[in-house]
Amino acid sequence: MTDFTLWDIVRNLLLAGRWTVVLSLIAFAGGAFVGLMLTLLRMGGLWPIRWLVRLYVDLFQGTPLLMQLFLAYFGAAVLGFDISAWTAASVALTLFTSAFLCDIWRGCVEAVPSGQWQAARVLGLNYLQSMRHVILPQALRLAVPPTVGFSVQVIKGTALASVIGFVELTKAGTMLNNAAFAPFTIFALVALGYFILCYPLSRYARYLERKLYGAGSR
Amino acid sequence: MALVVVNDLHKSFGDLEVLKGIDLEIEAGEVVSIIGRSGSGKSTFLRCLNQLEHHDWGTIHLADQRLDGGAMSPGELSQNVGMVFQSFNLFPHKTVIENVMLAPVVVKQTPRAEARQVAEQMLDKVGMLEKIDAYPGQLSGGQQQRVAIARALAMQPKVLLCDEVTSALDPELVGEVLHVLESLAAEGMTLILVTHEMKFARDVSHRVVFMHHGHIHEAGDPQTLFTQPKTSELSQFIASIL
Ligand SMILES: Nc1ncnc2c1ncn2[C@@H]1O[C@H](COP(=O)(O)OP(=O)(O)O)[C@@H](O)[C@H]1O
Ligand SMILES: [Mg+2]
Repeated sequence: MTDFTLWDIVRNLLLAGRWTVVLSLIAFAGGAFVGLMLTLLRMGGLWPIRWLVRLYVDLFQGTPLLMQLFLAYFGAAVLGFDISAWTAASVALTLFTSAFLCDIWRGCVEAVPSGQWQAARVLGLNYLQSMRHVILPQALRLAVPPTVGFSVQVIKGTALASVIGFVELTKAGTMLNNAAFAPFTIFALVALGYFILCYPLSRYARYLERKLYGAGSR
Repeated sequence: MALVVVNDLHKSFGDLEVLKGIDLEIEAGEVVSIIGRSGSGKSTFLRCLNQLEHHDWGTIHLADQRLDGGAMSPGELSQNVGMVFQSFNLFPHKTVIENVMLAPVVVKQTPRAEARQVAEQMLDKVGMLEKIDAYPGQLSGGQQQRVAIARALAMQPKVLLCDEVTSALDPELVGEVLHVLESLAAEGMTLILVTHEMKFARDVSHRVVFMHHGHIHEAGDPQTLFTQPKTSELSQFIASIL
């Protein structure tokens, strides 16, 4: 067995950390897109559609992300699709993120006073026009702090992708430890890696929240 | 024929019958004040007139055209009936001019330059031309309500509905809003106002309608109605607010 210097470990973790960042970005971008569509459907669709969206949100919120990853990876194989760990992790994390963002954003849309809907309606705006010009811009302002806050959960969630063999920060740590047997050092470094990614986001979310509520309503 | 013709309007919320058969005709250029106790159905009546609420029975015609029962799209409705709310409901993320221009641009698809011209004209009418680039949060309640009036007028409706538009205002700001309404009345705008401002109802309106328990209990010209009420309910109401 070769000797690992600290630098070797850090270098390998940094290389794998890239994939944590990329997977987080994919999950967040994909989740935001799907989440927005779901929010619009949940707020304005016909009742069977609204009901389906609610079921979707409840399913993803009510089951462990780990199971969702297993189902995406092994379930696809059972159904005859040969998908990579990359695809499975991206799909599962995107769906997971979309469900949570849909719920956060629905709350923000509902927080816009009903008088705004009525004003838009008596001015002749239809549902989509009201959403686009009146409701969403106001909901968006409310949505930024909790959305940034949730992105931390997405980053930490990518760690679970290690169980289906996706080599990101956590998986790289496990593999390095198998070779170098320095669990404390290695996992402390892995944890530090997540902290470096997450801490600025949590701080930023808190700052945004203070700015939004602290400054009072305009 | 009258501009607005309401025929046997009924509306219930669940078991609660709020409008129990309203008949009313309003001529073009007429100013009608609706008075009555809280809960008598005044707001519900106004909200049926622009279909914010859907009534259960009866018809509403405007300029000989059927207005209710889905006969008009929201876009068409907004060009026939404008509405101003007690709580202003300006769009807080848009400036004054953007508030007024939004519906003409989005709903009527008026070119922006033309929409701006109309918006400025309406803001001038309500005395808010200097505040064109302010956000609603930077304005007093009275100023916000004047902008809300300009915003409704920008769709060039045939009738303007006002639901207690001065009730949320500090007393010293009521006058400026009533003054705007008075000048609209003088221009010949058709106004239907729910109001607690009895002096305004008496001095500016052509007709006062007293609503009681979902009926039009008494109606007539303001002088007669206020000085010689025919029913005990109206006398009691007048006594209670003086
Ligand atoms: N959306 C609604 N759902 C249920 N009840 C309502 C609703 N709107 C109004 N009401 C009831 O209808 C009655 C008349 O209300 P409203 O028209 O607002 O009276 P007013 O404007 O004369 O005070 C009240 O008893 C009120 O509680
Ligand atoms: Mg009312």
